[in-house]
Amino acid sequence: MQNAFPLFPESASTMSGQVDALTFFLTLVSGLMTLLIFATITILAIKYRRRSPNDPLPAPIHGSWLLESTWSIVPFLVMLIMFAWGARLFFDNYTPPVGAMEIFVVGKQWMWKVQHPEGQREINELHIPVGRPIMLTMASEDVIHSFFIPAFRVKHDVVPGVGRYSQLWFNATKVGDYHLFCAEYCGNQHSGMTGWIHVMEPADYQAWLSLHGGNATMAQAGETLFGQLGCATCHAPGATPPNLSLTNMYGHPVQLVGGATVLADENYIRESIINPRAKVVLGYPPVMPTYQGQVTEEGVLQLIAYIKSLSRPSERPAANNANAREGTKK
Amino acid sequence: MSTIPLTRLDEPATRQRPNYLNVKSTIGSWLLTTDHKRIAILYLLSITAFFFMGGAFATMIRLELLTPQGDFVTADTYNKLFTMHGLIMVFLFLVPSIPAVLGNFLIPMMIGARDLAFPKINLLSWYLYVFGGIFVVYAALSGGVDTGWTFYTPYSSTYSNSAVITTALGVFVAGFSSILTGLNFIVTIHKMRAPGLTWGKIPLFVWSHYATALIQILGTPVLAITITLLVVERIAHVGIFDPALGGDPVLFQHMFWFYSHPAVYIMILPGMGVISEVIACYSRKAVFGYKVVAASSMAIAILSFLVWGHHLFVSGQSIYAGMVFSLLSFFVAVPSAIKVFNWTATLYKGSISFETPMLYAFGFIGLFTMGGLTGLFLASLGFDVHVTDTYFVIAHFHYVMVGGMVVAYLAGIHYWWPKMTGRMYPEAWARIAAIVVFVGFNLTFFPQFILGYLGMPRRYHVYPPEFQALNVLSTAGASVLAVGYLLPIIYLLWSLKYGAIAPANPWGAKGLEWETPSPPPTDNFIETPIVTELTYDYSKPAEAPIA
Repeated sequence: MQNAFPLFPESASTMSGQVDALTFFLTLVSGLMTLLIFATITILAIKYRRRSPNDPLPAPIHGSWLLESTWSIVPFLVMLIMFAWGARLFFDNYTPPVGAMEIFVVGKQWMWKVQHPEGQREINELHIPVGRPIMLTMASEDVIHSFFIPAFRVKHDVVPGVGRYSQLWFNATKVGDYHLFCAEYCGNQHSGMTGWIHVMEPADYQAWLSLHGGNATMAQAGETLFGQLGCATCHAPGATPPNLSLTNMYGHPVQLVGGATVLADENYIRESIINPRAKVVLGYPPVMPTYQGQVTEEGVLQLIAYIKSLSRPSERPAANNANAREGTKK
Repeated sequence: MSTIPLTRLDEPATRQRPNYLNVKSTIGSWLLTTDHKRIAILYLLSITAFFFMGGAFATMIRLELLTPQGDFVTADTYNKLFTMHGLIMVFLFLVPSIPAVLGNFLIPMMIGARDLAFPKINLLSWYLYVFGGIFVVYAALSGGVDTGWTFYTPYSSTYSNSAVITTALGVFVAGFSSILTGLNFIVTIHKMRAPGLTWGKIPLFVWSHYATALIQILGTPVLAITITLLVVERIAHVGIFDPALGGDPVLFQHMFWFYSHPAVYIMILPGMGVISEVIACYSRKAVFGYKVVAASSMAIAILSFLVWGHHLFVSGQSIYAGMVFSLLSFFVAVPSAIKVFNWTATLYKGSISFETPMLYAFGFIGLFTMGGLTGLFLASLGFDVHVTDTYFVIAHFHYVMVGGMVVAYLAGIHYWWPKMTGRMYPEAWARIAAIVVFVGFNLTFFPQFILGYLGMPRRYHVYPPEFQALNVLSTAGASVLAVGYLLPIIYLLWSLKYGAIAPANPWGAKGLEWETPSPPPTDNFIETPIVTELTYDYSKPAEAPIA
């Protein structure tokens, strides 16, 4: 159970200890600085207090370039440490490791909807195994939300719009239940858009998966949707020009009209469903209609899972974040 | 030209002597005045009204947060409360506070001028401010607005069912008031300085207002553009920010913070100017490193335009952009730190006394230091990811805006009260209030740093029960703080009738504003002063003002 009057948050991910270390450093430096200024002011104020109205007027001191330089440069150097340390952590925090387990999240007013690749779905709860890197691919149905797990010290905004899957990764280190908050104000029930992250032993997680399995996997659900929406009319596996086959497209560069090349990743597939004329594949007529409003964000994620399944796994990039470590950039 | 009879100004002024207050007393003479001092008083009255209105909203927020459940007001009301609190405090109190009241009153006098360069535009700026304020109040009364003062899209442009357009137009109009004030200050400081008052001699209060004015005229138009685009999207459904219409919601954040981060310095730079004046006076010393302190104001004004992206570290901007904005945010901390060090060094070998303005100045340095240092925490990317959009950020900017700016404003109001009204405030009561404000402030906002690190998000109507103890502490502090704010209202009003008659220079201060009677005549100076000595030359005794 939660401590009734905590002064320090739980630490339950590989990132949380590192953020806390930075916090201690920042607090120590700032604490010393505050103490130095408070003590100096107190001592000077007492020592040089006016004892009588007739005290002689002090001689002016107009400044000292030596002092000015010192108290500009020294704090600046200390700040550079703060910058470099913070930037390093930030880079790690937002660079998913190769092979992270993918889970899909859709934020909408006012709930978090989660899909596991094997098809399990949950709302305002996320079950994950301990000790395994998890990467969330997140979309918003409406306004901006922000996925925040204080115990993991991670957060990322979930922004609606074309080409904007938000990604967040973490590696839980401690079994337990942790708060999930929406951190970006999103309207009336913003403070109700909360939930729990359940970190489980791997075996318990497997048990949970099988207990809640039985649905179609995301890729299977995507295939069904692919048929229902009529995508298969033009994009059936094995389609030939002028129809565009999607087999082995995911993870490969695609030549566009106008000469540019784009990597066929989640963001590109999503854009091509919502706004097909934005980046047209070279050699194919721009005839596809938009599916905006006809398919939910969850549906888009299922379609993407299906299209991904049409690529041989060995050819899929490990992580689709352009910044992914050892990721295939360009 | 002046027809004011010469009087012996080393004697306490009497009521009969004509001054800017008693020269005419009709309502029309106030509402149509072009006297910068009277316009300052108009601003003083109106921003005080808005301050207490914003404070009333804050009171209701703190009452709601006493318990984890949403039991005092509904979620909808709560969202409107924090939105109105933010809007009123930022746009109708903090931005105009020191510039429009103290800056308006003092800048012409400090540089030996009879008025600002454009007195009618000055009056126009007050009308625009009131007009903008009426829009905002009307929006509040006609159902309120629930977007947060930041108006983030697409919530504000598409999803909110509240009075977004009315409110946005109010902010738009009030913005022009700010632009006009800035324009007036820049022209006045350039063109109307008294003979001998070179750039190297103008008071630091004037320097900091010059820097502020630059931000006002360069930044505020961007706010106007952003708001216009928001209103256009909301009315005409032109896709600018809403992705459903082909827009980009993060574009709004870039544009909004391109103004609103520099605006933070609109809110704090004038306060820094007040503190420089007060510290010099009560330690009888020239401000240590005058040139560096003046230059640091300009450096802040310039760098303030290069750091907006630190509000978007978790919004999905490139992580490399995040790193650049983080580094630039550390740069802007340097000139702020320089000021703190120089104020501290000013005390060295001074002759220090502890009147109320000096107590507030000490409070300012302490609270601003804490606000600034926690700003470094937030500039550090790895830390910011965890605490952004939590109470840590709330605590940080209240240390700067309330601990800094409001405290500096109170320092300035007390310091120049005798000049503005011709009356002394009661020193004992004022010292008590200064201490109450300091204690109440820390009690209110320090627990919020801890709450933020624990992970309590901002703008939460209900919250997990383990956060309650710290919230109760914060609400208790807020009630102490409220007493600290109500006391000055009572004793300052009391002093208007019962306060001791103020001499021209009650503090033995340096500066041209003290060389004219209290309250000053309409034309400020009987003769245009000629400046020969350096600023803050406290090594010579303050001369009794001579006519």
